[in-house]
Amino acid sequence: MVHESPRRAALRRFMAHRTAMVGLVVVLAFILIAVAAPLVARDSPDATSWTAIRKAPSLIHWMGTDENGRDVFSRVVYGARASLLAGVVAVAIAAGIGVPVGLLAGFLGGLVDALVGRLVDAMLAVPFLILAIALAAFLGPSLTNAMIAIGVAAAPVFQRVSRAAALDVATNDYVEAARALGNPPWRVAMRHVLPNIMPPVLVQCTLAVASAIIAEASLSFLGLGQQPPAPSWGSMLNSAQQFLTQAPWLAIFPGAAIFLAVLSFNLVGDGLRDALDPRRR
Amino acid sequence: MRGRLGIRLLQVIPTLLLVSMLVFGLQQLMPGDPALLLAGEEANPQVIAQIRAQLWLDRPVPVQYLHWLGRILHGNLGYSWRLREPVLQLIGQKLPVTLQLGGMAFLIAIAIGVPMGVLSAVKRDTPLDWLANAIGLGGLSIPTFWLGIMMILLFSVDLGWLPPSGYVPLFGDWQRSLATTIMPAFVLGNAIAAVLMRHTRSAMLQALSQDYVRTARAKGLGEMVVVLRHALRNALIPVVTLGALEFGALLSGAVLTEQVFSIPGFGKLIVDAVFNRDYPVVQGVVMVTASIYIGLNLLADVLYIIINPRLRAA
Amino acid sequence: MNRPILAALAAGVLGVVVPAVHAAKAQTFHIALREDPDLLDPTLGQSYVGRIVFAGLCDKLFDIDSKLNVVPMLATSFKWESPTALVIHLRPGVTFQDGTKLDAAAVVYTIERDLTMQGSARKGELANVTGAEVVDPLTVKISLSAPNAGLVAQLTDRAGMIVSPTAAKKEGRNFALHPVCAGPFAFAKRIPQDEIVLDRYPGYWNAKSIHFNQVIYRPFPNGSVRLANLQAGAIDLSEQILPTDVAAVKKNPKLEVVISPGLGYNGITFNTNNGPQAKTPIGESALVRKAFELSIDRKALSQVVFNGMYPPTAQALSLLSPYHDTSIAVAGRDVAKAKALLKQAGVKLPVPVTLTITSNSDAQQMGVVIQSMAKEAGFDVKLRTLEFATSLQAGHKGDFQAYLIGWSGRVDPDGNLTPFLRSGSFFNYGHYSNPTMDKLLSEGLATTDFAKRKAIYDQVQELSNKDLPLMYLYTLSNIVGMKKSVQGFVPVPDGMIRLQGVSMSK
Repeated sequence: MVHESPRRAALRRFMAHRTAMVGLVVVLAFILIAVAAPLVARDSPDATSWTAIRKAPSLIHWMGTDENGRDVFSRVVYGARASLLAGVVAVAIAAGIGVPVGLLAGFLGGLVDALVGRLVDAMLAVPFLILAIALAAFLGPSLTNAMIAIGVAAAPVFQRVSRAAALDVATNDYVEAARALGNPPWRVAMRHVLPNIMPPVLVQCTLAVASAIIAEASLSFLGLGQQPPAPSWGSMLNSAQQFLTQAPWLAIFPGAAIFLAVLSFNLVGDGLRDALDPRRR
Repeated sequence: MRGRLGIRLLQVIPTLLLVSMLVFGLQQLMPGDPALLLAGEEANPQVIAQIRAQLWLDRPVPVQYLHWLGRILHGNLGYSWRLREPVLQLIGQKLPVTLQLGGMAFLIAIAIGVPMGVLSAVKRDTPLDWLANAIGLGGLSIPTFWLGIMMILLFSVDLGWLPPSGYVPLFGDWQRSLATTIMPAFVLGNAIAAVLMRHTRSAMLQALSQDYVRTARAKGLGEMVVVLRHALRNALIPVVTLGALEFGALLSGAVLTEQVFSIPGFGKLIVDAVFNRDYPVVQGVVMVTASIYIGLNLLADVLYIIINPRLRAA
Repeated sequence: MNRPILAALAAGVLGVVVPAVHAAKAQTFHIALREDPDLLDPTLGQSYVGRIVFAGLCDKLFDIDSKLNVVPMLATSFKWESPTALVIHLRPGVTFQDGTKLDAAAVVYTIERDLTMQGSARKGELANVTGAEVVDPLTVKISLSAPNAGLVAQLTDRAGMIVSPTAAKKEGRNFALHPVCAGPFAFAKRIPQDEIVLDRYPGYWNAKSIHFNQVIYRPFPNGSVRLANLQAGAIDLSEQILPTDVAAVKKNPKLEVVISPGLGYNGITFNTNNGPQAKTPIGESALVRKAFELSIDRKALSQVVFNGMYPPTAQALSLLSPYHDTSIAVAGRDVAKAKALLKQAGVKLPVPVTLTITSNSDAQQMGVVIQSMAKEAGFDVKLRTLEFATSLQAGHKGDFQAYLIGWSGRVDPDGNLTPFLRSGSFFNYGHYSNPTMDKLLSEGLATTDFAKRKAIYDQVQELSNKDLPLMYLYTLSNIVGMKKSVQGFVPVPDGMIRLQGVSMSK
């Protein structure tokens, strides 16, 4: 196998990347927390207590309680599920649409490329969040719909990245050779081009998860994301806004959680990019 | 080069046409009857029917679209359904607000991002570099609206130094204007600063490894002079073009920032219009935004070709 | 955190700026609104906050006082000549802000405009009115096709705002951009979503009661932002302080808060008869709805969501309304009885209910509280959040089982009951229909005698509580926050900010 060793080299470079490893550890920790939420959080995130409304952080409630007397710590922990899920699913949708389309456009060129290119231009010309808001408003407010809206709105970037990568790869000798041997275009694309465009797409994915988490929080903040009583960091911030002066902890903790999660995804993405493309550093 | 530019110019037309269809299509699919919303607590079937007729909502969608397109080609963006003001006038009122905010944000971003990028490139792989990188990434990772909330909490609620919201035009009372916009501009600029810092850093690294820098060093010029006069100058080329491309990000950021700080700008205009189903405003704002975005992209292309002589030859 | 150092640093940077921000302008009065008003045309306006701006801009034929009595304003008196003819005597010497005279012809013009203008929102309020005529320059006669006991109350609101015929004819549909009325302040300029500026009209008939040269209304949709602006001194008076922010206002030595009962309510409308979504246990059986009501602790709900500042209620009529039925007690929570009723109704447990709520945070919090309360009695409440615009459409289409939605309230009892309870009424989302109810509501509108009318509306409410198509939860309160230096503000149940008599002490 010819390209096994550059991959291993990249992995080695990534493992040696200190900040990326820190990011990776935090990401894994968040995933663990999300999966094992019932074990981490003592209380149910939906357990209301009308006698303990908006209590400041204490030994019993580390992060205080919210406007319905629910434990904020539990909600932050369970909220990790919504936020991580939103990040991953939205990116899966974006990549699922963007990569094949970009691949085809880059590989086929001509009219297909021109048509797709204009559509992508049109979508990119509308600011991302406005497009996502319009889509979310059209689909109706819910976590699932927010994920779809973010995924669709983010797809053009993936189209651009994979198209550029496909153009780059398509000129390589072995691809031209494969074509010359009479392989059908789709097989060439799947077997030779796709694996080779994975590195930039992977980097883009990691970074996109970070921005998708922020986007989900933004939509929830505008009331278009996760709906009650289920928690998400963005929707927690949305309801916290009303109580800024009396209960600032309601805004501080979910915001800090978003920050930490997004930061670590960004660190991992940066590390991946450096590892896969050593010229950049 | 001229040919390439010509093609790019020609591409603008189908792109804008697609944007218009995209917006029009989306709002057709959106649930919620604008007439019902406009009629409010005084609604009854006759009022609703009258409103629908007035707004052409009772005609087939293609007719509505062509009617709107025809008007737009004459530079008429129509009237806001909710306020009955011309959309163009609304945009004229709101755009300067967001541009002021954006301009200040860019200044802040340059003031923070460029020196940090230079510093971390020069001090590559030292703790200073790591710190600058961490701060840059941190800036990129903070949700803008949360940063805004936190700043209001600290500077307005707790300390009482700055007004928590609102907007005063620059040409009215510039001191109050700056006081009302400094926090949102910082919030907006923060994310751009991070992007700028990262770009400056990698451009500087590239420039520092170029021949002319080596030559300058060999001539015995001081390190400060080499960095500032030779490397930075060349490193700024991609940074300049980046400015144009960040416009879209700026508008996305403005949507939330203006919401948090209650600033009557472009972002707030469109969010309120979407929630109020004020379609002429949504259409008008998106078309203008898209045109500006596409225009700036073109400009960036041209700038890039002009600044970069090697590309001109190609 | 090291505050002093931070403070010194920032003071150095912003030293020049800060005093300018806090400089008080004694001649201008700043009012914060909960949202940006819609069209500033009394014939077309729909929004509640628009009415607050009209309180400075447009005087009305009559006004209401803090006890909901009708008092003279542009008109000095009225008399029902017959049940279908209302004679109104106008105040002499009143001029519009463009200097033209307010006379009987102007009143007739305004009423005709309300009745005929395309998209007029006043037509429904002027129910049964067929026209108006000039009797003499200061006397108008309004004729009706059938009695409308609520008419005078309607003339204390937008339907009673007289516009300058000269200006209205000149501007046509664009009158909202340059409105001209007979109120204390004249329209100066408006920047949507930012501010509405009104300048003192020197020719105002009651000029001595006005103590400012200018009023500026500014919308702040976010409650915390409204509060912060009040705290920072940028605003002199803010309507709609959030109940949860009241403590913060009270704590501030420079501010005070005025809480008074309002006219509106919030409640849950059940889909009893509108399409397939009505075919649910809770839509089909009044017993199940009664059980649902018994499972909800309204007092605790108000306590949790609104710090107890919105009084719980089981009727549509305000505490201050003379028609308020004191015999309707707010039923306490009784889970055991609720369970018994469900058993009696013979429905399968748990009873599924989808509650449609709008995406604002109050509604969402209420949804959570209702969900957890109803659960104990055997209801499985699912929350469905819709954007406000979408929820309205869903309501009209019958695409809901239970819908949490409120009403800003009207002075006359008819305005709080008929639109929701009569068959075919526009806001009767669940298509509730009971011939007895329809008959009672018609009688109520045709009766001018207070005692008889009160008896009719008592029956209406009794029937409404038996059929329970709409479960009232709480009455709205008007919570106004203002600087202590603001003098002479009188709260009126309609929540309007009347500027007559208001001043600032130095």
